[in-house]
Amino acid sequence: MTTNKSPEPGTNADADARSQWPLWEVFIRSQHGLSHRHVGSLHAPDAQLAMLNARDVYTRRNEGLSIWVVRAADIVASAPADKGPMFDPANTKVYRHPSFYEMPEEASGL
Amino acid sequence: MYAQMVKTGVDRVAEREQLSPQEQEFQARIDADVRIEPRDWMPDAYRKTLIRQISQHAHSEIVGMLPEGNWITRAPTLERKMILLAKVQDEGGHGLYLYSAAETLGIGRDEMIDQLHSGRAKYSSIFNYPTLSWADIGMVGWLVDGAAIMNQVPLQRCSYGPYARAMVRICKEESFHQRQGYDLLIALSKGTDAQREMLQEAVNRWWWPALMMFGPPDADSVHSEQSMRWNIKQMTNDEGRQRFIDQTVPQAEYLGIQLPDPDLAWNAERGHYDYGAIDWDEFYAVLRGHGPCNRERLSARFDAHTQGAWVREAALAHAAKAAAREPAAGVQASA
Repeated sequence: MTTNKSPEPGTNADADARSQWPLWEVFIRSQHGLSHRHVGSLHAPDAQLAMLNARDVYTRRNEGLSIWVVRAADIVASAPADKGPMFDPANTKVYRHPSFYEMPEEASGL
Repeated sequence: MYAQMVKTGVDRVAEREQLSPQEQEFQARIDADVRIEPRDWMPDAYRKTLIRQISQHAHSEIVGMLPEGNWITRAPTLERKMILLAKVQDEGGHGLYLYSAAETLGIGRDEMIDQLHSGRAKYSSIFNYPTLSWADIGMVGWLVDGAAIMNQVPLQRCSYGPYARAMVRICKEESFHQRQGYDLLIALSKGTDAQREMLQEAVNRWWWPALMMFGPPDADSVHSEQSMRWNIKQMTNDEGRQRFIDQTVPQAEYLGIQLPDPDLAWNAERGHYDYGAIDWDEFYAVLRGHGPCNRERLSARFDAHTQGAWVREAALAHAAKAAAREPAAGVQASA
């Protein structure tokens, strides 16, 4: 199984070399106790400026309570070609879902 | 959308059986409304067309800051000034979302900026018109952003994931842009005679260029047909223009202004407004670089980029030094 040490955007490693400021992926946790979610990317020379830029670009309207910035080059992504071996096995395991089991009406609360 | 006349590089749209198995599978995914993601296989023409379209869109957002920036120091009240600042900042943000989306297709930010500066990439014709009065700032929000919204809303469901997601963010913010423009125009419409004159004079200048934003009629265009097949364009230029006109006429009536088209009339049979002939010679002249502000806009962008080069270099040098001093330096991410 191949893993690509490059972010989802894939081809951005080349782009980095040209534009010099490295690429960062931005994750934001909104209110209501949800987990951090990928919102986009940006270029910044270091972590501190990546954080400041992320605030300005992605949270102008109270979109978040917490920001993560991660160098895109540090993200390890699964390869699209591996979709089959990676995810197909789950398809055949219907018994992992509660709807697989038929419960008697008399036994309530299950 | 701020993209006009985006070429697809195809001579004619291929029939399904002419496509390779890989292309057929790709088209089937699009037809099933499945999003295409950056590392998925895609036809070269799809990739190139998207780069053209998204980068043109991004450049338009960035160049679009210039006509409005012109009025930040001249806004009539502090509140209007703060609103305009926020709007211009949004436009910068929109440009950044879109550049990021284009970069996922394998083009670098610098390369896109080079293409803009060298004239190989375009931005929307509309931003080559000047903002001569305060009412023009209202027109930009009401008409220019209004026209852009017509195409941007359906693009939220376009086939390319990063572009669609960027568009979701943009559309949320664009609605504020249009409303603040209309709000500003309402204020003028309730003002003095001089203010109402300013309002009328501004719409006289902006109406036709706003209609040109949709691009020339393209019902028979192979590029439009291909882009629609790929679901990166959802309606023809004339369909978008017609929807925009139908929506805008009542808004103009509310402002008590005349749209500068003697042929504009409701057609009950069609259920649409009829409108007069558009001067496409003017449109093509602006695209060729002969609009009122082409040279000024491009040189402002070029100067900002070159004069800011030392800042980008200094920030990189600082980052390299800090990293050498303390490898783990920087802000700690924490939940």
